[in-house]
Amino acid sequence: MRKVAVVAAASRQEEKMLDTEVEMMIPLITKVRESVGLQQTDIDFTCSGSSDFLAGQAFSFVMTLDAVGPNPPIVESHVEMDGAWALYEAWVKLQMGICETALVYSYGKPSPGSIRDVLATQLDPYYVAPLWPDAHSVAALQARLLLEGGHTTIEQLADYAVRAGRVSDHEEYFSQPFIADPLRDADCPSYADGGVAVILATEGVAEKLSDNPAWITGIDHRIDAHHFGVRDLTMAPSVRLAAENAGVFDAAVDVAELHAAYTTHEVIIRREMGLSVRPTAKQRSYPLAADTLMASGLLRIAEASRAIWEGKAQRAVAHATAGHLLQQNLVCVLERGRS
Amino acid sequence: MSEIIIPEILQGIEPVQSVRTPIRMEYTFTPGVAAQAYLREFGSKKILGNVSPVDGAILVPPRGADPRHGVLCEEFVELPHQGHIGSFCITNVPIPGRKDLDLPYISAWIFLDGADIGFLNLVSECPPEDCRIGMRVEAVWKPDDEIGMTAENILYWRPNGEPDIPFDQAGVRGWRYRATENTDA
Repeated sequence: MRKVAVVAAASRQEEKMLDTEVEMMIPLITKVRESVGLQQTDIDFTCSGSSDFLAGQAFSFVMTLDAVGPNPPIVESHVEMDGAWALYEAWVKLQMGICETALVYSYGKPSPGSIRDVLATQLDPYYVAPLWPDAHSVAALQARLLLEGGHTTIEQLADYAVRAGRVSDHEEYFSQPFIADPLRDADCPSYADGGVAVILATEGVAEKLSDNPAWITGIDHRIDAHHFGVRDLTMAPSVRLAAENAGVFDAAVDVAELHAAYTTHEVIIRREMGLSVRPTAKQRSYPLAADTLMASGLLRIAEASRAIWEGKAQRAVAHATAGHLLQQNLVCVLERGRS
Repeated sequence: MSEIIIPEILQGIEPVQSVRTPIRMEYTFTPGVAAQAYLREFGSKKILGNVSPVDGAILVPPRGADPRHGVLCEEFVELPHQGHIGSFCITNVPIPGRKDLDLPYISAWIFLDGADIGFLNLVSECPPEDCRIGMRVEAVWKPDDEIGMTAENILYWRPNGEPDIPFDQAGVRGWRYRATENTDA
């Protein structure tokens, strides 16, 4: 296995952004390139993640290439997924030995459209999508199973909401009305526009670009069945399998950056990854407080990398999810120094 | 493929060939910083372009970025309402929703004087056989009371009678600068 590290990251999130995707991404892409002294012509592979349904435009990612400057022409790819999966594609390309550096970025602007309608379009088109169930109500089905099956308690959900900064204390949490019983507003993601860019480099190059590269020692992504009816919604076997394959269970982790968009997701992800239900280390940012569809997952990898660069972690795990109810999951383990 | 077994009650009936599940989603489009400035001024019959901070190339309409280099363009410049045709197409088939277009019609890349890239627009008051690369054109605007912050302000472009610019000087100049640089290197 070829060693690959995250050597630079830049991100931005705001509740409602007036910049276009291009205007938003140029400063971020410029910043990561400049921070490691690379020009676009020095970057072997560029991969992005975004969604046309969010942008409301077909092939919107092609326009965002204006932010990269593909002149002379670049080697490029795109996934209609969170940027964490774009990073995976870049990682595979680096494993193939045909390139040494990669630019990965992703972005989402939910503010122009109706997020509940956009999210409904990813459901099964014959039996579920025509009913237009909104994401919070679907999440509430899972939440009730978790609560009534004894997998969690309302107090624990309140803890997660407080930790993520959605409410200041239990009192404030319990004063909120249900928006999708048993979920309160503080259990559900607060959506944000935003983007993130990172630079990857292989062993031999990464050390020249960074004093302290965040080495990817394991990465895997798995998917559960699409139909709600065939899944036990209190579990996410794809999280566990991806974590196993990424080596999460091989040693302790100091920092966990979890893409938990609902408090109930955190319950499941922590259990499947064998993490403490009462974490001591805080995440650097919480998708519950600012969830940027298509970027939140890659942002988790960026934040886990920052923890390593800043010496706050020796071994960090980042998790990304896509689809409804933790259907698809990616787990990435990052380590400081030689592994 | 194994045979699909369906209940007796459904046997012999017409199979479903397609399912119709209408989808409608609404967006409040945000034009962005550069396009907002452009549309505001366009509403006063002014045409703005962006100036590239890299080589001074003038890009119109402005998108806030020089896509060749991936850099922000924050400087604007006002452009004249005349230019030339960089290339064109004569269309003989109607397009849905544009009953106002008499066939055949001419769509062309219009290069405003001073601009380094062109944009797509209609050319009219010109028989198709007379249209040519390098032909000088001017904007025909909607009546003043119909002008707004929309790309529809200019109805079409028509020949302005000035002499053509030479064929080999027509078209994309911003890219040509760069090609020349590369050749020199």
